[in-house]
Amino acid sequence: MKLPLSWLHDYVQPDIDARELASRLAMTGTEVDRITHHGVPATDNFVVGKVLAAEQHPDADRLRVCTVDIGDTEPRTIVCGAPNVAAGQTVAVACPGAVMPDGTKLAKAKLRGVVSLGMILAENEIGLGPGQKGIMVLDDAIPAGTPLADVLPISDEVLELEITPNRPDCLGVYGVAREVHAATGAPLAPPPWKHDVGADTTGSPPGIEVIVEAPDLCPRFTARVFEDVTVGESPAWLKGRLMAAGQRPINNVVDITNYAMLLTGHPLHAFDLDRIAGARLVVRAAVAGEAMTTLDGQERALDEGMCLIADADGPTSLAGVMGGTRSEVEAGTTRVLLEVATWHGPTIHRTSTRLGVRSEASARFEKGLPPEGCMEAQAVATQLMLELTGARLLPGTLDIKTANGAPMVIRLRDARVTGLLGTDIPRARSAEILRALGFTTTDAADGLDVEVPSWRRGEVTREADLIEEVARIDGVDRLPATLPVNRTGLPGRLAHAQQLRRRAEDTLAGLGLHEIVGWSFAAPDLPDRLLAPAGDVLRDLVVLENPMSAEQSVMRSTIVGSLLDTAAFNRDRGHPDLALFESGAVYRRGTAALPDEHHALGALLTGTVRPATWAEPEPPQADVFAAKGIAEAVLGALRVPFTVRAVERCFLHPGRSGELLSGDVVLGLFGELHPEAAANWGFDEPVAVLLLDLGKAISAAPEVHAYTDLTTFPGMRQDLAVIVDESVPAEQVAMVVRRAGGALVAHAEVFDVYRGEQVGAGRTSLALHLEFRAADRTLTDEDVAPVRERIVAALRDELGGELRG
Amino acid sequence: MIDRIGQIRAEAEAAIGAAVTTASLEELRVRYLGRKAELPNLLRGVADLDPQERGAVGRAANETRQALEGLITSRGAELELGELRERLAADRVDVTLPATPPQPVGRLHLLTATRREIEDVFCGLGFTVVEGPEVEFVRYNFDALNHDPAHPARARSDTFYVDAPAHPDGGEVLLRTHTSPMQIRAMELQPPPISIIVPGRVYRRDSDATHTPQFHQIEGLAVAEDVTLADLKGTLLAFAKAIFGDEREIRLRPHFFPFTEPSVEADVSCFMCADAAPDADRCPLCKGTGWLEILGSGMVDPNVLGAVREHGYDPEKHQGFAFGLGVERIAMLKHGVPDLRLFYDNDLRFLRQFG
Repeated sequence: MKLPLSWLHDYVQPDIDARELASRLAMTGTEVDRITHHGVPATDNFVVGKVLAAEQHPDADRLRVCTVDIGDTEPRTIVCGAPNVAAGQTVAVACPGAVMPDGTKLAKAKLRGVVSLGMILAENEIGLGPGQKGIMVLDDAIPAGTPLADVLPISDEVLELEITPNRPDCLGVYGVAREVHAATGAPLAPPPWKHDVGADTTGSPPGIEVIVEAPDLCPRFTARVFEDVTVGESPAWLKGRLMAAGQRPINNVVDITNYAMLLTGHPLHAFDLDRIAGARLVVRAAVAGEAMTTLDGQERALDEGMCLIADADGPTSLAGVMGGTRSEVEAGTTRVLLEVATWHGPTIHRTSTRLGVRSEASARFEKGLPPEGCMEAQAVATQLMLELTGARLLPGTLDIKTANGAPMVIRLRDARVTGLLGTDIPRARSAEILRALGFTTTDAADGLDVEVPSWRRGEVTREADLIEEVARIDGVDRLPATLPVNRTGLPGRLAHAQQLRRRAEDTLAGLGLHEIVGWSFAAPDLPDRLLAPAGDVLRDLVVLENPMSAEQSVMRSTIVGSLLDTAAFNRDRGHPDLALFESGAVYRRGTAALPDEHHALGALLTGTVRPATWAEPEPPQADVFAAKGIAEAVLGALRVPFTVRAVERCFLHPGRSGELLSGDVVLGLFGELHPEAAANWGFDEPVAVLLLDLGKAISAAPEVHAYTDLTTFPGMRQDLAVIVDESVPAEQVAMVVRRAGGALVAHAEVFDVYRGEQVGAGRTSLALHLEFRAADRTLTDEDVAPVRERIVAALRDELGGELRG
Repeated sequence: MIDRIGQIRAEAEAAIGAAVTTASLEELRVRYLGRKAELPNLLRGVADLDPQERGAVGRAANETRQALEGLITSRGAELELGELRERLAADRVDVTLPATPPQPVGRLHLLTATRREIEDVFCGLGFTVVEGPEVEFVRYNFDALNHDPAHPARARSDTFYVDAPAHPDGGEVLLRTHTSPMQIRAMELQPPPISIIVPGRVYRRDSDATHTPQFHQIEGLAVAEDVTLADLKGTLLAFAKAIFGDEREIRLRPHFFPFTEPSVEADVSCFMCADAAPDADRCPLCKGTGWLEILGSGMVDPNVLGAVREHGYDPEKHQGFAFGLGVERIAMLKHGVPDLRLFYDNDLRFLRQFG
């Protein structure tokens, strides 16, 4: 909200400058976005002048050469282009040296050969109005040479306030004045509605009937009727204030409603009473299919959830949001119905959201305004209607209300204030603060009984709310800084799973991979680009109802997409050799109320596995075994025992990918990307990936690793080479060895692979390191020989393997 | 006999002196002292000699053998030294050539590094780290956190909703807009006292230089019978000192959040112009105010505690504070990162700078 300081000063005048006031407000809960200047930066060289003569310019049809008295000994010549300038007018003059609102400094000018010593001002040139009518013509009673600032608000500082949604009362100048009073101690003038010129009449005004059919949507409806209204331009002071507050002046009646709203915080609406069909208004819920044209010229389709005001011809105002064109006050209007009501906040919010109309009125009403505010706004507007439009108030105020706001009293306990804040605030200080904010306080045994004023009733409902009021005005910046006692009985720490996640991430970084943080969002064609068949789990997408773009309209069902996106991004910026990883959630719709989310750890390698050097100009390219190496390192770091088997997965190369298992649980996948999938990201070289379900991997990790004695009785190492059919996976050979060897086989791993003439076509020779060990003795050749025989026999019987050499 | 020994000795001494490699020296050793050589055979034949000759010949042969052995050993040492020098000279390389680098280490993303740094600070302050779902119910994200039904954050213009049927208890499904839903979930699982932080990813429908539709927060929650607003200030002060330096101060400013009462925003004293008077021209970071806004916080609203009353939280008896800070914001301030979007571009030239 834009708050012109001159307006604020009508009600409170703290003895501090705008910057200090802004800081004081910020420290008591009213944020000031910035301080701006409205109108001219300095008032020097702006004066009132009298046009003594206005002659046609000899060389320009549209210019007049004026002789203007600005109170100097000699009148001066000013060239003016406005069509309405005429001798005898009292006008506003900017002399050379004056600085205009845009910062330009006025200088002596020569216009088509005539020297002009200044400029006769139009209202838009100094921020006083829209200015379509040429130069301003002022009251002739003002003497020439009067400083312009004495008669017009040409220069004002404006605070741009950010009012938090709980404080609709501060969407009015007087509400902010009350805050300033509490925050600075400067005295507060009585409210502008204190004297209501319409208050001494009773009953309802004649000539209009109002029926509130939906009292739940309209807790209070008030109206006054004005006759003999002359619609016209508002005076300069009013237009200047509205302009400074960010409102465009329209005509005096509309300007008055806006002014009263900005001052009291309560919106008003003026109807042309003669354009209310049937002189009867009905407040009711809309019926589906109804429509009306609002003041902005838009045709609006209404639905049942909305509230409207109808006359005999149908809807004529969208209650609390915007009036209708049909009953708009315009040039010839003479009879005005001034409506001030309160509306059901959530209904206004819903209506304004549905229709996409956010007006000054809806922004206030949606927060729920107190019914008392109606008469405050009526009082302010009535006064101005009488003063500025020549209107006559018909006796009486139409007032339909279902409920008065019930007074609310809350006990504020001294002990609670101290207990919640952690510092002592004396009861007298609390009372002083609350009274400054408009609360009423009475002493009670253990604190204060506090009555909440109408304008705060919506949000101050509990003791904690009062404590906030006391704390913010007393100054939360002055609180001591203490540390809470940890009463949980536990140290602060990471859970085991969180520690292991860090270990896995650290391992990848230590291996040379850079961590990325990709988007959780994905494009809906992600499964297509990953070649997912119908029904694949990658297609079990979490779809956003209101995405910001099609490219980000679903949640990623795998982490490989963001890795590929990032890899392609960096490749296109000259980094063909990449080692990246990401640790984050992936999302699948699943069958529960909330989607499945699991924490994935993904890695991607492409290009060379390490940088080329002069000694190794062509390092190896990343491939399935590079990815497997990363998998072994991560699972090894987590101490997760695992096995590997070949797998076919849509987005992976069918012959160069595997899955990682702990028992029967699949922990993840590794391999080279399917060339067609890789091509969808523009890669024609191998892209190796590792994808782990980190939660499952961590579940398979031992929480505590128990000691094994490996040193008292050393093991015995032997090698063994076996020739098997090339279709037999190495992992299977190792498994047969382990199973056949039983408990004494501590370790069995393939260290050499040979294919060639010596072993025959279609056959592979695998050489294994074996380690035999017993926990209770040093093994002898006699112990090992039968085990080795069992192994050889099993290899022969189960895999057709023959011993080599 | 004696003469022959003298001859052998003279011949051998000359040959040993002339040997130029350890290999040729070894040949000489075999020739003069080996099993089939003349001198050892002479010695073996001494027993067959005349008793008068025996002593003199044996002595002469023995002396010669010892002398030759000594000579070979010393000559061998000389030659080995020379050969080592030659070998070392031949092994010489240009040490100014580039090194063979070890496998270069990778880096954690700045967001991960910052999140961990913050987690560790709060672990040190007695907080436990818990995490929760990113796709969440309206009930946890808004309702139980005392958000008015008309609160603008609920609007489809601000919050991502998931195309899924509403749950009878949880309501509509959305992408959580803050880590605060875990306040409720954690309190449902653990009766008071509780001290937790909740790091995680959150979502809002906003995209420009200062907003990305996904970002990261860390929530804090401490509830017991006697946790005060002053305790919040002390906790945030400790955090600020740990992250931004021991000289930092914390300033609380009143604000409004639906789920705290009183609510405050916390500012940390600017670390770029700490030694100078705040000056708009001099400090691009704090714009001369001397303070940097870092987070929103406050005392847990009684209605939030009321939402978990059945789990042991009594708004009349229990109280505490909550805060929510942006990981990106902290990382940007601390490391001078100018644009939020850099975090999600993942350009290698960015990634390599941190972690």
